[in-house]
Amino acid sequence: MMTVLTPEDLQAVTLTLKLASITTLVLLCIATPLAWWLAHSRSWYKGLVSAMVALPLVLPPTVLGFYLLLMMGPQGMVGEITRAIGIGALPFTFAGLVVGSVLFSLPFAVQPIQNAFEAMGKRPLEVAATLRATPWDRFISVALPLARPGFLTAIILAFAHTVGEFGVVLMLGGSIPGETQVLSVAIYSHVEAMEYSEAHWLAGGMVLFSFLVLLGLYRVGGNWAKGAR
Amino acid sequence: MSWLRVHLKMQQGSFELDAQFSAPPVGVTALFGPSGSGKSTLLRCIAGLEHGEGWLRVNGEPWQNETTFMPVHKRPLGYVFQEASLFPHLSVRANLEYGYKRIAAAQRKVQPEQVIEWLGLDRIIGRGDPVSLSGGERQRVAIGRALLVSPELLLMDEPLSALDTQSKQEILPYLERLHRELQIPMLYVSHDMGEVARLADHLVLLQNGKVIASGDVHETLSRLDLPIAHFDDAGAVIEAAVAQQDEKYHLTRLDFAGGELWVSKVEQPFGTKVRARVLARDVSIATQAPHGSSINNILNARIEEIRDEGADKVMVRLRVGEAQQLLARITRRSRDHLALVEGMYVCAQVKSVALM
Repeated sequence: MMTVLTPEDLQAVTLTLKLASITTLVLLCIATPLAWWLAHSRSWYKGLVSAMVALPLVLPPTVLGFYLLLMMGPQGMVGEITRAIGIGALPFTFAGLVVGSVLFSLPFAVQPIQNAFEAMGKRPLEVAATLRATPWDRFISVALPLARPGFLTAIILAFAHTVGEFGVVLMLGGSIPGETQVLSVAIYSHVEAMEYSEAHWLAGGMVLFSFLVLLGLYRVGGNWAKGAR
Repeated sequence: MSWLRVHLKMQQGSFELDAQFSAPPVGVTALFGPSGSGKSTLLRCIAGLEHGEGWLRVNGEPWQNETTFMPVHKRPLGYVFQEASLFPHLSVRANLEYGYKRIAAAQRKVQPEQVIEWLGLDRIIGRGDPVSLSGGERQRVAIGRALLVSPELLLMDEPLSALDTQSKQEILPYLERLHRELQIPMLYVSHDMGEVARLADHLVLLQNGKVIASGDVHETLSRLDLPIAHFDDAGAVIEAAVAQQDEKYHLTRLDFAGGELWVSKVEQPFGTKVRARVLARDVSIATQAPHGSSINNILNARIEEIRDEGADKVMVRLRVGEAQQLLARITRRSRDHLALVEGMYVCAQVKSVALM
């Protein structure tokens, strides 16, 4: 395999895994409180927030990538802030890719967690409150364990969706090896250069890898969901 | 006596709760009323699960007033919900000890092993998964879980209504035992007359979100101005003690303030306190001691009050001895034939007594 995959290809593979892992972690941190709020809020702007979270589901990735590129660029709003605090411009950097992927996969993380919080209802939390659990304690000891299947689904979807991402990454990151050239972009470059054999190895490997990850997670997920019922 | 004092209001759509009552620091106070009368909402307000308006003082401590709203987890209460609501992700023992672990060691007046003994949980405590328990077993664990926070006040929201008859019968003795042996005041929401007659010492009657009566259970159950005395299963509650066993006829004599009752044999030692319920429809009235009657229990009584009930019936409130009240449901015709009036001395014939 080493003879077929170039060091650049291998770099693309590790970069993709790194991007998907970091994106998933960041998403869990953002999606959990957001899902909690959406599941419990009765505020009028809940609908507005839900719509914004779901927007990446319907937008072509290139549209999202295009606006992010403008916003994070040197003349963009976000760009000026990041320059002012000394981070520099985010487009065509790994950090920029993480921001783009997080936004793009947000609904895939928020919705399963929100559904899980809604499905458990208020009762277990009320019971915990009458048993002296503080709000934070209730969240940790009751809400999180009961929402476990939702979290697992969110992790699978966010990770897989980021690995498969192409449009946003291409618009926002271009194809800088080791920095922004992820698997999907590398495959595209190979195909453009008529290097079908390399493209085959990467594409086939991705199919196999994705399948194995999903298979493993769903098997674990089955047991997990059983344990939580 | 006003250990618990409540005046809480809450608007829920077109329903308005505006309930005011007080309760003593001992025994079971039943919040009784038809469904939709607001009794569960009132209990949830007392627990702090709903944020109504008004005020609430327990044992001198303000739980709620204009400026204070003590959050649920800071109120020293135990709460038993209609459904056991055990945490499905925790083992039976972890459920039982969930609250126990969250209170300071110095406040733990009740220990897990005691609760396991009281509620007969020894056989189920080792089971890992609460899903494998029967409805009655789950509710017993839930009651134990609430007791283990060593509450100053135990709130029960129709804890038996989601259970089948058999599970109810299985749990009631445990509740009575808690009632007798624990010094924890209880607020018990129910729409079941039988449960109330069996458990309550104090009764708060609710109707359309308002408290229509509140007082001692014996007095309140026999107040003819209240709808409760005109239910089909209206009746009086008698506190009695086992006084004599008749082995030959398999009967037991129960003594109460004002008389005695013979009932089917009670396998309890002499002096045991029992609660008996005499339904109004099982009491008939005679102006003289009847001869040749098969009825065992004939009590001398004085007519205190007579009230029409429907087109054909009247409800008679009788006093037996100094304080004991009895209700008798008779026809209007019998009242006129016997010329029954208030103040008259009569014989009350008790056809059956339900022991609880």
